[in-house]
Amino acid sequence: MKTYITIKLFATLKKYLPASAEHHPIKSGVTVGELLNELQIPASLTKLIFINGKKGDSTSVLNGGDRVGIFPPVGGG
Amino acid sequence: MNTETINILKKKATPAKFPDGVVYTCLSTPLIKQIALSLKVSIRDLEITALAENIIPERYVRNMRMLSTTDQQMLLKAHVCIIGLGGLGGTVVEVLARMGVGTLTLIDGDTFEDHNLNRQLLATEETLGVSKAEIACLRVNAINSSVTVHCHDQYLDNSNADALMKACDVAVDCLDNIPARFILEKAAKQLNIPLVAAAVAGITGHVTTIFPQDDGLKQIYGNSENIRPKGAETILGCLAHAVMVIASLECTEVMKIILQTGSLLRNKLMLVDLTDYTIECLEL
Repeated sequence: MKTYITIKLFATLKKYLPASAEHHPIKSGVTVGELLNELQIPASLTKLIFINGKKGDSTSVLNGGDRVGIFPPVGGG
Repeated sequence: MNTETINILKKKATPAKFPDGVVYTCLSTPLIKQIALSLKVSIRDLEITALAENIIPERYVRNMRMLSTTDQQMLLKAHVCIIGLGGLGGTVVEVLARMGVGTLTLIDGDTFEDHNLNRQLLATEETLGVSKAEIACLRVNAINSSVTVHCHDQYLDNSNADALMKACDVAVDCLDNIPARFILEKAAKQLNIPLVAAAVAGITGHVTTIFPQDDGLKQIYGNSENIRPKGAETILGCLAHAVMVIASLECTEVMKIILQTGSLLRNKLMLVDLTDYTIECLEL
């Protein structure tokens, strides 16, 4: 059964944002790592992964309704 | 300060009114400087004494509806170390000096270059090629002569960090690369002081506060051994308005730490993306 998540990508990752970001279909139980593969985002650019406002990682499992946010490393000042 | 000093302050102080008509007693900036000079005491100590007597140094009067006279004394007694005096650092220096943080230690071994002019408050056409630490020191003196400035024209490293940051109550990360932030975090932990840390790329950035016992930067960047020195800012650059927003958020944390009030971004990361005005506090 298909479920849907919301994806938000920050800074240099914006270019990987799918058109369906607000309502992106996933198979329930898919991991963040699998989602990153699908979106073709290099793992080295995804140090900060948030699911529903809490820190997760590439092994975190996604469920319908989840909000996923991914931030690349940022070091400027 | 002795009774004689207090009596002089009371005698010289004059009544004034807030815009809403509430009356307060104040001393002008030139008068405080003149009294400090004649009594051979520091301007900061004199301001602290005045505040303890409910006499408001006029320069802080627009603080005094949000801050108590005790709060302003706490700021004047605090010592904050700012590491990096570029985009974030220039604004943090400006804000903390105006806020009346009494002692500032400023650390940066860099000089101003053309590509700093787009966002760094202390970079002007006149300061190109000049030491960032030296210009920051002059700026603080120009804004608030009651602030004591310790100025270090050198980069923070593992060998000098403890000595440079000793005696500080709070450290503020205004650096421009990730490995230097880990050096700073290690030093702050060793010195047992809180660190306010931030970074910017383009018009996005993040801010957090790290106490000595907290996990800190590895929660944001991963382990220090396998990190790249720079992040998305190498592609996106940094824009002035975003840098100043993030720097102002750092100052908010510094003020809350000193005054021990309000909620901190401890074990939390405030993410800011000005593209669509995303501001989120995430749990680390």
